[in-house]
Amino acid sequence: MTLLGAHRTARTPLDRAPVGAKLAGLALLGVAVVATRGVPASLGLLALAVAAAAVAALPARPTLRGMLPVLVTAVLAGAYQAWARGWGPAVEVVANLLTLVLAAAVVTATTPADRLLDGLARAARPLRRVGVPPDLVALAVALVLRTVPEIARTVHEVRDAARARGVERDPRVWLTPAVLRVVGRARDLGEALAARGIVD
Amino acid sequence: MIELDGAVVTAYAPGEGRRGAERVVTLLGPVTATLTERRVAVVGANGSGKSTLARLLNGLTLPSAGSVRVDGLDTARDGAAVRRRVGFLFTDPDAQVVMPTPVEDVALSLRRLGVPARERDARAREALARVGLASRADLPVRALSGGQRQLLALAAVLATEPAVLVCDEPTTLLDLRWRRVVDALLADLPQQVVQVTHDLDAAARADRVLVVDAGRVVHDGAPGPALDAYRALMAVEPA
Amino acid sequence: MSEHRPDAVPVADAAVAPSHAAPATAPAPVARTSVATDVALVATFAAFVAVCAVLPAIPTGGAVPITLQTFGVVLTGLVLGPRRGALALLLYVAVGLAGVPVFSGATGGLGVLASPSAGYLLAFPAAAAIAGGFGLLARRAPAWWRVPALFGAATAASLLVVHPLGIAVMGWRLGLSASEALAAGAVFLPGDLIKNALAAVVAAAALRAFPDLLRGR
Repeated sequence: MTLLGAHRTARTPLDRAPVGAKLAGLALLGVAVVATRGVPASLGLLALAVAAAAVAALPARPTLRGMLPVLVTAVLAGAYQAWARGWGPAVEVVANLLTLVLAAAVVTATTPADRLLDGLARAARPLRRVGVPPDLVALAVALVLRTVPEIARTVHEVRDAARARGVERDPRVWLTPAVLRVVGRARDLGEALAARGIVD
Repeated sequence: MIELDGAVVTAYAPGEGRRGAERVVTLLGPVTATLTERRVAVVGANGSGKSTLARLLNGLTLPSAGSVRVDGLDTARDGAAVRRRVGFLFTDPDAQVVMPTPVEDVALSLRRLGVPARERDARAREALARVGLASRADLPVRALSGGQRQLLALAAVLATEPAVLVCDEPTTLLDLRWRRVVDALLADLPQQVVQVTHDLDAAARADRVLVVDAGRVVHDGAPGPALDAYRALMAVEPA
Repeated sequence: MSEHRPDAVPVADAAVAPSHAAPATAPAPVARTSVATDVALVATFAAFVAVCAVLPAIPTGGAVPITLQTFGVVLTGLVLGPRRGALALLLYVAVGLAGVPVFSGATGGLGVLASPSAGYLLAFPAAAAIAGGFGLLARRAPAWWRVPALFGAATAASLLVVHPLGIAVMGWRLGLSASEALAAGAVFLPGDLIKNALAAVVAAAALRAFPDLLRGR
C-alpha cells in the first residue's frame, strides 16, 4: 500500500484544480454510487472514474499495482454475487467498488500531500471552537497516511517470523510483537515531532 | 551554553515477575557540567545513559531532580523555546522523517516556523541542496538509501537554523561511506554540536569528551585521556 | 495530557540495562506534557486499525466481512485510554470517509456511509471510548484478573455500542425486521468475543511493556 506516497511530475488540469473541489467531487461521486441502482448507471459512473484517471494521466501499471488488493476483493465479491444473485448485481458490485477506489486514487495522486494538508486544515477550521487546532488535525491525517504502509510492513515481517518458527496459527504470537513495535514506533515518532518543534 | 546542574533522570520500570510492582530506577545522574565547547562528544556502553543525557539537552526528557539550562532557558519551564534553539538528530531517520517526499518534509519544519507557503518550497530545496540532496527533493522518501534519509533528517533540522545541534548516534546505522559524508557535514557546521557516538574516531575530533557509565559521567575532559578511560572501561566483559 | 518518556529503549529494556536500582531517595520521574506523543499515538493507532481492516479478511459471504478491524478498535481503546482511543477512531473514520481506502475491503469515501455496515463503522469511536474507560478500571484489578477484566471492558464496548448500532443500521438499510436483523447481526458475536479475548491478551502485554502509557489517565 502506498496511499499518498506516489511520486508525480505530471501537471494536468486535475493537478491544478483546487483541493476542495476535488474532495467535493469525490464525495458527490460517492453519493451517486450509492444512490443509483442498475448496471448502466454503475458502468456509467465507472466510465467517469476511468475518464478522470485518463485526464489525470495516472500511470497504468503503478495504479493497477496499487489497486491489486481491491481488484482481488472485487473479483471475489463479484464471483459470489454472480453465484448468489446473477450477473447484474455482480457487475454492479464490482463497478461500484472500482469506481470509488479509482476516483480516490485520482484525487490523492493529483494532490501533493502538503496541499492536501492545507485543504484539510481549512476544512477542520470550525473545530477550533472545540479546542482542536486545525493544523494538528492536518498533521494527524498526514501521519496516518505515512504510517499505514509502515505498519503493514511490520505486520508482514512479524507474520513471516512466526511462520519461520511454525507458530503462525496462533495470532497472539505475531499480533503481540506487532503491537509492541507499533507502540514503540509511535513513541519514537512523538519524540521526533517534539524534537523538531512540529508539535509541543 | 548548556548548563547541567545536578540533573537526575529516573523512570518507572515494570516489576520483576508476573505481578511485581513497578519500580523507580535511576537512568542518569546526578550530572553537573557546563558545555561551552563547539564540539562535544558523549561516549558510553549501550544502556549507559548517554542517550538520556542527549535528551536532557533539548527537554525531550526532563530531570527528576536538578536542572538543565540552554542559554539561560530552563528545559522544564521553557521547553518549546529550548527546542527551537536546540536541534536534535536521531539515530533512525525513519522515526524522524514524517512526510512522503524530502521537499515536503523539510517544508513541514518551516511551516512550524511560520514561513509562508509560497517561500517554503524554495527554502526547503535550498536546505536539501546544502546536504547534497537537491536532485532527490521530489523522490518518495522510501526510494532514498538509509544514508540519504539521514541527510534528509539533518536537512530538516538545519532548515530551522538551531543554535545547537544534538545528535544521538547519527551514524550508527550507516555504512562507512555515508558515515564519512555525515561526519564531514557535521564537522563543517557553524553551530555547537553535541554528539553521542560509538565512533571513537569521531569522538577523537571533539574538543571535549564525556564518558558515561552506569548512569554517571565517569570521565570528562580532552579526547585523549577520556577515550583511554573509555577503552579501559570497555576492556571488561559485559556484566 | 501527560506522557513520560524515559529513554530511547522501551522501559522494559531499561530495566535490564546496567542502570543502578534506585535508593529509597530516588526522585519520582517527571512527566513531560507531550501533545506530540499523543498525536503520534492517536495517528499511529488510526493507521493500525486501517491495517487491521484491510488485512486479508475471513470471508463469510454476508454483508459484513470479518476482519481484525474490531480487534483493532477495542485494542486502541484499551491501550490508549478513552480519550485518545476515541480520537484515534474519529481520525480513522474521517480519513476513510475523505476517500482514503482504509475501511474493510480497502474501501473509502462517503459512499461507505450508505452501505449496510455503516452502523458498525460509526460506532467505533464510542466503542473505543467505552473499552478505554472500563479498561482504566481493569488496570486496577489484581494482576491475575487483568486479562479477564480487559476482556470484560472490550466486550462491554461490543455489546453496548458496536452491535446495537451496527444491527440497527443494517436492518434499516436491508429492510429487515428487528428479529431478522438481530439474527443476521448475531452471526458476528462469537467472532467478536474471540477477537476481544485476543485484544485483552495483547493489550495486557502492551501495558506491561509500556507501563507509563496510561499513567495519569
